[in-house]
Amino acid sequence: MTAPGIRLPFRVKAAMYVRLFALQGSWNYETLNGTGMGFVIEPALRYLPGGIDGDAYRAALARESRYFNAHPYLAGVAVGALTRAELDGVDPARIERFRTALAGPLGSVGDRLIWASWLPFCSLVALCVYGFGRSPLAVVGTFLALYNVGHFGLRAWGLSLGLSRGLNVASGLGNPVLRHGPQYIGSAAALVAGLTLPLALERVAGPGRAMAGGIIVAAFLGILLLARLREHAEGWRVALGVMALFVLFSVMT
Amino acid sequence: MSLLDALPIALLGALLGLDVVSFPQAMISRPIVAATLAGAFIGEPERGLLIGVVLELIALDTLPFGASRYPEWGSAGVVGGALYAAQPPGMYGALPAAMLAALLTASISGWSMVVLRRSIAGKLTRSRDSIEDGSRDALLSLHLTGMSLDLLRGAAVTLAGMLIFSPLVRAIVVIWATSPVISRAVVVVAAAIVAGGALWKVFHSVRYVLYFFLAGLVASTAIAWAA
Repeated sequence: MTAPGIRLPFRVKAAMYVRLFALQGSWNYETLNGTGMGFVIEPALRYLPGGIDGDAYRAALARESRYFNAHPYLAGVAVGALTRAELDGVDPARIERFRTALAGPLGSVGDRLIWASWLPFCSLVALCVYGFGRSPLAVVGTFLALYNVGHFGLRAWGLSLGLSRGLNVASGLGNPVLRHGPQYIGSAAALVAGLTLPLALERVAGPGRAMAGGIIVAAFLGILLLARLREHAEGWRVALGVMALFVLFSVMT
Repeated sequence: MSLLDALPIALLGALLGLDVVSFPQAMISRPIVAATLAGAFIGEPERGLLIGVVLELIALDTLPFGASRYPEWGSAGVVGGALYAAQPPGMYGALPAAMLAALLTASISGWSMVVLRRSIAGKLTRSRDSIEDGSRDALLSLHLTGMSLDLLRGAAVTLAGMLIFSPLVRAIVVIWATSPVISRAVVVVAAAIVAGGALWKVFHSVRYVLYFFLAGLVASTAIAWAA
């Protein structure tokens, strides 16, 4: 039984958008985002023939709750597209193939754009605000506002794209922001990093320039070493080791 | 710190721990936010921000790709911010000691996320037949249980971190023997090394990256010189 052309009310789309933020609530090592996908799509599936007691609803919910993996911010593209496909009564085997094909690109594009570009860029901007001596409210406010303009916008764009294009979302993934965003954001982040690091670190170091030369030399040599060892050493573990040794030294001498 | 004092901090840790993966991933769990909020809880937002900045520089190294294991900075930022803000001003060992506590909390909390996600997989195994049958109740139960457990996880890690590290940091601060200049310099160098290494790791493939970085460096030098 098919139900082509079902139009979702705004409140259902809004419910799906809100649920998108909880997509990873049941993330696990077996189905990854799969059950989260089912959770987000569920309000729309109630519009299938027979409602929540119908066979179409149960079959679609089971299908959409299976293994799936994507970047959480871009999962809205898949959520929208799969919702459209389910409501249009697309062949289940085709939906399964589409799910499998879409997961990889949404994961890698999202990782590059968000985790490896947008997030560090926003962090650096906030650190820059700190370096210029601004208040805690200004630093935190700048970070959260800047980051979440991109975050909320990307989730809304993805859901809207998926719902409007259904299984034809591939062309939408050629959006210039997704293709060239990491390059431009990376350039901007490098510029902000050059501006930020000396100013923020100077403010952390506090008044007076005693040891400034030593700090710069030690930091430069350390960065070179860490860059060479990048496959073998995680920076935060290095920091943990250094701080543990330093605290031990400082309480035992 | 008494249990009663630690409870509001644990509640904050619960909410920010939830933000890391489950809901809403708005990055209120980043250390620059978490530590500042924790400092504000103690009445010292400036001190919270200071340790938050140091932890944020270190957190630049963490890329939460897919199913990789990584430190959890939400609860850790709260523990670090609260511990540092609670120390009296002028105690030079407070920042390194609170940083160490935060880094240990981040590591333990990262491990707790792995345990949580495995336990959700266990619950999924038990309710698999119902979910495969398209049961809405089974799916909602699994999802809401996962989120509730994550909230509890963040609270438990933060509470344990506060109760364990609060007396330790206080004791370390009292017998701290290193000079204030060196104490602060070691923190700055550690943060600079990790941040620099992390930024190189992330952005080294960007075209003309060094030129952009140098342009920023020139601008900051000019600003510092003018000031």
